[in-house]
Amino acid sequence: MVTRRFVTGNSVLLALVVATALGFDFTNGFHDTGNAMATSIATGALPPRIAVAVSSVLNLLGAFLSFSVAATIASGLVQTHLVTLTVVFAGLAGGILWNLGTWYLGLPSSSSHALIGGVVGATLAGAGGHAVQWHGLTSKVVLPALLSPVIAGLVAVVGTFLVYRITRGVPEELRGRGFRLGQIGSASMVSLAHGTNDAQKTMGVITLALIANGSLGAHAKAPVWVIVSCALAISLGTYAGGWRVIRTLGKGLVEIEAPQGMAAESASAAVILLSSTFGYSLSTTHVATGSILGSGVGRTGAAVRWSVAARMAIAWVLTLPAAGLVGAGSYASAHAIGGTAGTSTVFVVLVACLAGLYLASRRTPVTATNVNSQWSGPPAMARTVPAGATP
Amino acid sequence: MNSWINLDALWKIVVIGLLAGAGLPALFAVGLRALAPATRTADPKAGAVPAPDVPAPELRGKVIAGICFVAVLAAMAWGVYSIVHSG
Repeated sequence: MVTRRFVTGNSVLLALVVATALGFDFTNGFHDTGNAMATSIATGALPPRIAVAVSSVLNLLGAFLSFSVAATIASGLVQTHLVTLTVVFAGLAGGILWNLGTWYLGLPSSSSHALIGGVVGATLAGAGGHAVQWHGLTSKVVLPALLSPVIAGLVAVVGTFLVYRITRGVPEELRGRGFRLGQIGSASMVSLAHGTNDAQKTMGVITLALIANGSLGAHAKAPVWVIVSCALAISLGTYAGGWRVIRTLGKGLVEIEAPQGMAAESASAAVILLSSTFGYSLSTTHVATGSILGSGVGRTGAAVRWSVAARMAIAWVLTLPAAGLVGAGSYASAHAIGGTAGTSTVFVVLVACLAGLYLASRRTPVTATNVNSQWSGPPAMARTVPAGATP
Repeated sequence: MNSWINLDALWKIVVIGLLAGAGLPALFAVGLRALAPATRTADPKAGAVPAPDVPAPELRGKVIAGICFVAVLAAMAWGVYSIVHSG
């Protein structure tokens, strides 16, 4: 067992953990671009490249707006004093691999769940079942995950119904133009809230690693370099644009019109902001997906592809255990080889897996040019996504 | 208050979420409707071809729309404020 005393001051290991954490933050950004911008891209409210740029800047701003959550993501879920650098590293490995795998399949899935699953899995492997706070895990993670899409969906159904009812008879041109403007505003709020919530999770993880390493005191706050690097990583990730996920959210789930888009993003923004105000941790992805589904249900005559929704639901159920398995496996492998060499080996394997997924994604590329093409199935399943075709 | 579900937070999120998340887009919609020329809403299916020169919205409509949009913007500003001061 790698004890805390053993790893204290191990700068190579610490560097690996920080690099992996920033890598996770990047995947978090690009996996979640769609939560804010998919509907605006789908309705043409913003050109794809502009949309991701706006979201990226707002994520960067959002990351500096508040630091209330930056303590640690793991508190209340695992016994934090049993968390070692190797556990943090293995947990991040699980989170990143799940994020990239679901991105390859074009499935929106919660980055926070991936991270929590990875850390819990690694903790189980490293310290055993007693180190996991199962009650906290159920009440803070599992139940909110079941409730959040329902709440956001309900708000979006009501909002969509109301906006269509109220604007009945308003000339199509005026209505489309007005709601596209409204969409930009509401999507910007979601981006800002995302930067605040999600960048802080990685700040918390790196701070946790620094504490585990003895570089910081037990109750220290995130140092400035951690805040700045996390904000930049999530912002760059957002700008890279997870086009595969954006496509599924904007085109795959529901054929979205501007009024639906505005209703969906307003519901997401309201529910995300309220939940952080009242201390209820919801996943941005679950909220955004629930809202988009709700906007499909709320408009009479809108087609909702329930098969796509079912695929997402399966991915959500699998997120915690799958990321947990990778986290546990990474920990076990690193521990079996031992020391810095073990962690470095797992790091190399992880990078190889990520490179493989990236190369596989090039066979059915989704980019800013074909993100809005006619839906013919999820990216990895469709033979080819028609390149450059206009919707 | 239940140890598994934070019911207190939950009902607040649902109620205020409906007010803000569904109410604000509805308010925005009211504003848009006020901007729309009144003649077009009367009988859209009666075969009356839309007048080529669409009349500008009346002053009353513009004022109502302005109030609605300002209220929506104010709510967004409050949202940003709540992010900055959360916790």
